Amino acid sequence: MAVSLNASSVAIPTIALDIGLMALLVVVAFAIVRMRSLFAIVMLQGVYSLVCAAWFVSLDAVDVAFTEAAVGAGVSTVLMLAAMLLADRKSEPVPMKRQWGPLLIVLIAGAAMILAVGDMPNYGAANSPANSYVGMDYIARTAEDIDIPNVVTAVLASYRGYDTFGETVVIFSAGLGVLLLLGLNGNAGRWRAKPNGHRVFRPSAPAAAVSKTSDETKPNETKKRRGRPRKSKASTPDGGDK
Amino acid sequence: MFSEFLADYNYIVVIILMMTGLYVVFASRNLIKKLAGLSVFQTSVFLLYITISKVSGGQPPILEKAYAKDYAGLAPETLIAAAEGAGKAAKGHGYNLDITYSNPLPHVLILTAIVVGVATLAIGLSLVVRIREVYGTIEEDQIEKADYIYNLEGTAD
Repeated sequence: MAVSLNASSVAIPTIALDIGLMALLVVVAFAIVRMRSLFAIVMLQGVYSLVCAAWFVSLDAVDVAFTEAAVGAGVSTVLMLAAMLLADRKSEPVPMKRQWGPLLIVLIAGAAMILAVGDMPNYGAANSPANSYVGMDYIARTAEDIDIPNVVTAVLASYRGYDTFGETVVIFSAGLGVLLLLGLNGNAGRWRAKPNGHRVFRPSAPAAAVSKTSDETKPNETKKRRGRPRKSKASTPDGGDK
Repeated sequence: MFSEFLADYNYIVVIILMMTGLYVVFASRNLIKKLAGLSVFQTSVFLLYITISKVSGGQPPILEKAYAKDYAGLAPETLIAAAEGAGKAAKGHGYNLDITYSNPLPHVLILTAIVVGVATLAIGLSLVVRIREVYGTIEEDQIEKADYIYNLEGTAD
């Protein structure tokens, strides 16, 4: 009780900020559902991450906010933009009859979770199970054990250093996987799968896209196929593979 | 009153955001849009964790110097001397442990999760690029159609 009184005397502007950020997040998420232009979807996803980062600051998670703004809003948006340039610009509309099933599943799952909210500890409760034991122990011990002010850094690099080591292993394997999937020698846009010696799908995608809408995809196209004569590109899409 | 209302409001908004991301993953047939939805879903889960770790009236889990509050308004050299004298002698190595700090443990877990999430996103996107190279489309319907034709005839050529 004393805690909530203390909070309500201080935190009315904070609550207003929180509600504004939540409303913004809901609007952005619903816009992602409605959009069909992939560019807009990717940029909105970056906006979503950035607004989340702002909310993290309001929720006292400043380190998470840094990381989310740099990695979530920065790196992953760049990655998705790059993939979008290599893949497609528009998504096809989904017919309404195929949306009812997912909608039903999502509504049921969401209703179940909202029912469970009643059992959650109150927002900001200092004596909730999550906030009681090991987390607060880290705060009490960091000053003497590690003697740096930032507890998150201390936990990340020292107490749970093996977690961080495993994380770097994950990043390394992900980079390795991307290299193996896209080719190690810069041939990312040129390789075509030929199971049993047959082409799976006839039209070589980038060339077909270029012949249809020339202006937008052309810079990307020429970059991907550099070193080949540009004339034969549209007519014989699979000429230079072997 | 208002903060009582906020107690549930917070979780419910996070759940709505999560379900929106999940809906995009389920319902959209475009692979890149699916991955964007997955990203929204993931970020909402981070929000849930960080919401739980918040302590009312708390500060970010960065320890404050012990003299910062007690000796406010003094000259810097006096502050340093005070820290050497009083702060170091105290229990917390010159840090003020009497302030309420938010729980740092979920922050650490989510830091790891954000980075791992980007790694998986990169793998997913490179899979999409490869699918686009082979099938010429990233729409699931057309990919399934191409697979169907291929299985039927042995070749699509």
